[in-house]
Amino acid sequence: MKSSRLLAWIAIAIGVIYFIVPLIGTFEFSLRMRRGEYTFDAYQSVFSDLQFRATFGYSMLMALLTIVFGMLLVVPTAYWVRLRLPQIRPVIEFITLLPLVIPAIVIVFGYLRLYNSSSWLPLTNTTSGTNVLLMFSYMTLSLPYMYRAVDTAMRAIDVATLTEAAESLGAKWPTIMFRCIFPNVMSGVLSGAFITFAIVMGEFTMAALLNRPAFGPYLQLVGANKAYEPSALAIIAFAITWLSMGFLQLVSRFQKTAPLKA
Amino acid sequence: MSFLNLSNIQKAFGPVQVVKDFNMAIEKGEFVSFLGPSGCGKTTVLRMIAGFETPTGGSITVNGKSQANLKPNQRNIGMVFQAYALFPNMNVAENVAFGLKIAGKPKAEIDARVKEMLGLIKLDHLAERYPYQMSGGQQQRVALARALAPKPQVLLLDEPLSALDAKIRVSLREEIRMIQQQLGITTVFVTHDQEEALSISDRIVVMNAGKADQIGKPAEIYNRPATRFVANFVGTLNLIEAKVVDPVANRITIGDQGVTLREPLGNVKVGDTVSLALRPEAGSTAPDAKGDTALTGEVISSNFLGSVIRTRMKVGPAVISFDMFNSPGLVPPAVGETATLRFTAGDLLIIRD
Repeated sequence: MKSSRLLAWIAIAIGVIYFIVPLIGTFEFSLRMRRGEYTFDAYQSVFSDLQFRATFGYSMLMALLTIVFGMLLVVPTAYWVRLRLPQIRPVIEFITLLPLVIPAIVIVFGYLRLYNSSSWLPLTNTTSGTNVLLMFSYMTLSLPYMYRAVDTAMRAIDVATLTEAAESLGAKWPTIMFRCIFPNVMSGVLSGAFITFAIVMGEFTMAALLNRPAFGPYLQLVGANKAYEPSALAIIAFAITWLSMGFLQLVSRFQKTAPLKA
Repeated sequence: MSFLNLSNIQKAFGPVQVVKDFNMAIEKGEFVSFLGPSGCGKTTVLRMIAGFETPTGGSITVNGKSQANLKPNQRNIGMVFQAYALFPNMNVAENVAFGLKIAGKPKAEIDARVKEMLGLIKLDHLAERYPYQMSGGQQQRVALARALAPKPQVLLLDEPLSALDAKIRVSLREEIRMIQQQLGITTVFVTHDQEEALSISDRIVVMNAGKADQIGKPAEIYNRPATRFVANFVGTLNLIEAKVVDPVANRITIGDQGVTLREPLGNVKVGDTVSLALRPEAGSTAPDAKGDTALTGEVISSNFLGSVIRTRMKVGPAVISFDMFNSPGLVPPAVGETATLRFTAGDLLIIRD
């Protein structure tokens, strides 16, 4: 009994060392910009860089748009599959898993081939068209997480019976969707949103190949040309991801305790 | 014309015919229970009335109006589900008010109706609670109030008590019946529990394999089962095979003991076999037991069940089970003993299918 507990602690310690030590090393290195003392100069340099603000803002906006449009696609789809087409659930599951299997670079080349300037839908002809294409690319990338988060939340409530109950009380589809179903899968929607946010903020391949000024390509650019700022950016990127995960935990806890009337 | 009419209702799911030629006329304010085992089609009929399933044949009318082209949200039919189906994001008052808000009622009217409904189910003090903060019984009462709030023309109850424990089930079914009588609302109740159906219904439809085997008042269903299935499904029943010895005088034998039936045997010949049914509570072996008919046999078991003593006795090839009310002076027959079971000949029913 005691030896198994000791082994468990050793395993945890190895895990913690594996993950934490490089992070501490990166953080420590990011503080050493000024010779002989620890300062936040690298962070100051990053935050005062106009390109950082522009790319960060761009990626934030793209993340928000991806979340909104992703939800508009995923929530009704997951709802409809659960309610009326349960037999095609395995197909939908398979499709939503594809972005995990197909590398982003393959997907983006596919997009470029389909939507280039000489195609039937030349999205890459204009900046706004390319932005739309990038947003849809992000939606594809986040689909496995988004769909699962929403679908799991729907599994927790009896979607079919709630729908029938609302219908028997005279409700039509928009009311059922936005007043009876959506509020009850909010934790799943928010979980999906935070994962999407984290993915979009760090994504490089799609943005670089579509030549858009996103945060991912900026990270790569700084990494290639500067010494201390990349470490500071890595820590910032980690902080964003952790913050998203923290919010994710928070909203999933909300669902368990349910709302208390304000 | 009746208030709710179901004429020649058919329903098939692919090749499987789940409802066959179902006919039923329900009067305004009547409480009708659909009783039957799982898979007999009772919930399917209910769902067709609600509009969640479309009949493959036949017609449904409510108050003379065909429901064929009406969606569930256009029918003004309230429904209570087995799984409560309260909206988890809304508190009790908001759940009850939901249908009224959809109907576009003014706020003052909604508030008054919600208050009235919560008073009806005696949960006024829990108006601010959320479903997850309530017991199953309380949730089902809220579901009932929510279904009744928009004043539906018909109330459908789909096994509303099945998920509750025994004590709550009994009290809630009485409450449902009381509220139904108070409001005079036409109600269809689906259950597989015969005691539930017998205790609260004006009429019962016993369903078997998609068809109505018998429609009648609870006492008729219990005392005069029309088919072998009804006899078996409603209550406990002894099914006894007997030989006809005199069709004119209604004489039969059970084993080697002769019995004269009150019910005419009908078109049978000497030597034919007829099936008879006898309720366990109809007979007794007590010394003071009354009855014009007696059967003697060997006691093969005797079980004390609290309020009753259930004894099984072998009469020729038949095994007859009977219940006697427990009383301090009652000495039940011992196993292996020969006992005489007395009952009235009129309690022996002929099962004709």
